[in-house]
Amino acid sequence: MCGIVGLFLKDKALEPQLGTLLAGMLNVMTDRGPDSAGFAVYGSGDAEHVKLTVRGRDLEGVAAAIGGEVDSVVRDSHLVLSFPKDKEDHVREWLATHRPDLVVIGSGHRIELYKEVGLPADVARRFDLEGMSGTHGIGHTRMATESAVTTDGAHPFSTGADQCLVHNGSLSNHRSLRRWLEPQGITFATDNDSEVAAGYLSWKLREGATLAEALEASLEDLDGFFTFVVGTESGFAVVRDPISCKPAVMAETDQYVAFGSEYRALVGLPGIENARVFEPEPARVYAWERN
Amino acid sequence: MDLANIPQTLPRQSATFDPYTISEIRRAAATGIYDIRGAGTKRALPHFDDLLFLGASISRYPLEGYREKCATDVWLGTRFAKKPIHLQIPVTIAGMSFGSLSAQAKEALGRGAGAAGTSTTTGDGGMTPEERGQSKTLVYQYLPSRYGMNPDDLRRADAIEIVIGQGAKPGGGGMLLGQKISDRVAAMRNLPKGIDQRSACRHPDWTGPDDLEIKIEELREITDWEKPIYVKVGATRPYYDVALAVKSGADVVVLDGMQGGTAATQDVFIEHVGIPILAAIRPAVQALQDLGMHRKVQLIVSGGIRNGADVAKALALGADAVAIGTAALIALGDNDPALEEDYRKLGTTAGAYDDWQDGRDPAGITTQDPLLAARLDPVAAGRRLANYLAVLTLEAQTIARACGKSHLHNLEPEDLVALTIEAAAMARVPLAGTNWIPGQTGL
Amino acid sequence: MPVIDLATASRRSLNAELHALPANTNETLWRVENPQGQHALAVGLDAPIKVEIAGHAGYYCAGMNKQATVIVEGNAGVGVAENMMSGMVHVKGDASQSAGATAHGGLLVIDGDASARCGISMKGIDIVVKGSIGPMSAFMGQSGTLVVLGDAGDALGDSIYEARLFVRGTVKSLGADCVQKEMREEHRVELRRLLDAAGLPDVQADEFTRYGSARTLYNFHVDNAAAY
Repeated sequence: MCGIVGLFLKDKALEPQLGTLLAGMLNVMTDRGPDSAGFAVYGSGDAEHVKLTVRGRDLEGVAAAIGGEVDSVVRDSHLVLSFPKDKEDHVREWLATHRPDLVVIGSGHRIELYKEVGLPADVARRFDLEGMSGTHGIGHTRMATESAVTTDGAHPFSTGADQCLVHNGSLSNHRSLRRWLEPQGITFATDNDSEVAAGYLSWKLREGATLAEALEASLEDLDGFFTFVVGTESGFAVVRDPISCKPAVMAETDQYVAFGSEYRALVGLPGIENARVFEPEPARVYAWERN
Repeated sequence: MDLANIPQTLPRQSATFDPYTISEIRRAAATGIYDIRGAGTKRALPHFDDLLFLGASISRYPLEGYREKCATDVWLGTRFAKKPIHLQIPVTIAGMSFGSLSAQAKEALGRGAGAAGTSTTTGDGGMTPEERGQSKTLVYQYLPSRYGMNPDDLRRADAIEIVIGQGAKPGGGGMLLGQKISDRVAAMRNLPKGIDQRSACRHPDWTGPDDLEIKIEELREITDWEKPIYVKVGATRPYYDVALAVKSGADVVVLDGMQGGTAATQDVFIEHVGIPILAAIRPAVQALQDLGMHRKVQLIVSGGIRNGADVAKALALGADAVAIGTAALIALGDNDPALEEDYRKLGTTAGAYDDWQDGRDPAGITTQDPLLAARLDPVAAGRRLANYLAVLTLEAQTIARACGKSHLHNLEPEDLVALTIEAAAMARVPLAGTNWIPGQTGL
Repeated sequence: MPVIDLATASRRSLNAELHALPANTNETLWRVENPQGQHALAVGLDAPIKVEIAGHAGYYCAGMNKQATVIVEGNAGVGVAENMMSGMVHVKGDASQSAGATAHGGLLVIDGDASARCGISMKGIDIVVKGSIGPMSAFMGQSGTLVVLGDAGDALGDSIYEARLFVRGTVKSLGADCVQKEMREEHRVELRRLLDAAGLPDVQADEFTRYGSARTLYNFHVDNAAAY
């Protein structure tokens, strides 16, 4: 079980503060999820370049070893590689051949994804979340239910370019879904039910659905209790299952749309006293896109 | 060949469609409703009988009975509660409601438990003044129904047990027929008299361990952090459930195996959902150990505890205490062979009577009928319960001393071996005479 | 008037002070500042006092309330006034899920909307919601009255026992065994009493439709099996 936070900025002036605001929200959700934490930030980048977030050890020098126009930033156990998009296959192949110990946990034009075992405040500090800027981000604090407390089991899960998902709840048919998705070419690294939800959405998007259509379909195909917050390059979306036992609170102002598992997560946001605070209805997809 | 005397094969009952199964199909076809009954799982299951203790010999030395102490007390609720509970024996009385039991039966349970220095537990219906008056230590259940729940009783209780499920029906709720909703029960539960009672399967204001954490906070705040908070689950995925109960902030976890009884639920639930307590204890203890919480968050297990050997085995596998329900009722007088004529009139026989939901118990225990309930003398029945609890304790001590232990809590898994491969795998102890623990070690 | 600022004081000290008040206390008005969505504020009260919460409250605000009046000047989280026994809780903003859950008495007034499961398993509480309520409200409602000026979501009154529901707006759908019922004089009187108690003298009882149990699930019949 868990805490989820999300922040989508409408006001560009707030972009340098995205990381600080998200870190504050994440910290408040520690009670709901002390085991591990993770977040995805949609920051710098463009359509001509790709960023990979890679996790592992001995990260210094990886970019140099790959060679070519590969820039990199190392943050604790994570490395973000950025390069022209036509180099993606080459970079992935190089990593698979020369550094199979490293795990690619996120890819896309603007997404960077970080997750680790430990208290949310420590995780945020290790990756210097407070220093990050961007247009939107989602985060998650985890209390593991049926899978192990490992970094792999932490959210967000990313199963497609610039896509990520965080989940609060418990899916009751994820084993069967897994067996259906694997032959479709979706691969899973963990036993985690949330990873299956992420894989399901990626599959739907790959098959041509819009994000909203994919989430609508998930209401039919996924069983159990869930609140999902999903990030894409241009926006984010929220959906709750029809029984809606797991909590969800949203706040909207002219400057942002925010999501938290509890209202407490939102109290540090600017202008929250005058925000429209509401709860998403069950079985309804809410989506926000950047213009 | 003499055609009149050709040998016949004997009539042969099917093992699959045995007489009981045939009777159940006929009953279902006649009524269109599932069979509802009380008590726990009746079919044979791997249980404590498949485990044996390794008593002392040359490598280990025993303790003398009577003179050399073997202590039996247990502290419950030491993690957060200002007033943890100290019981004289590690056997408690499980939650059984006034409503499912007569007032006399509840009083008897309180008398017997009080004499033995242990606790009783309220059930799905709330706390009666009689039970609070009789029971020296009373655990107040907090259930999805919230029948009779109120802050005054919460403050009068010695501990609070948040019930998520029970062994007889983990995940259960649904429709219960013929509940004994007498005037008094109806008033306590705020229901119309005589109707069929519907049971919620989830709590109304929280779902999941992250929100359970907030609920536990609330209950602690209401009671100024005095009372131990127990979390009770039916045994299904004990490793995860115990870990989550700890993470949610419980002081004590109560784990009820499928043998655990109920006042009434669907027979299919009792027989086919949940796992035997034998299979649930080691994963539960593993979860506590992995979190560094074994003995800091106490574990009470229940479901088919019958004698001091069962008590000792549960403790040896890592539990801090056990709870008894069905056994306590039998000690009071449930299914007494002396009442055989009455059981026959009900279409059953002593030992098999389980239609407790009908409220016609000849022993006066699972009934609200005043004439029947008057058959149970609470003082005498309380005495019987106290005797039985004393025997459970003495038997457990006898075994513990034979294993060289001066406290029941020093019993450990390595004092046990198993008679069957299933029991060895479930209890994670070696098959007798070998080093083999299926799933853990090689031959 | 004691003022507790939760930016510096702990919730524990707030509740402890309120619990320590004798029944005849003179400190009958309390103000709580900077609640910031904290949970379990003013829970387990048992004195005829008034507590004002100057902002948004988290889960279970005023849980198990007896005698006290608790005013939430913002929104309230899950389970506001859950299991209340008597007294009054007034939420000036919106209430989250399970408002008034399993409560036995008292009056809960919500100026804004209540979300899912409003009045779930209610056991005697009176609830007045000036806005709308979410789905699965009054589920298994045993007794008490729920009055809604706005609309009701899906599955209103599913598996209801004897609780009474009055809705002025539209009901998206009715739950199992919940049906529209005739409005008689006794219901108008009850409704009038609650509307006045909630400060709505100009709202008329006849603007409401009454809903309640059809009582067909009180004794099992196989033909109703699909309803379970």
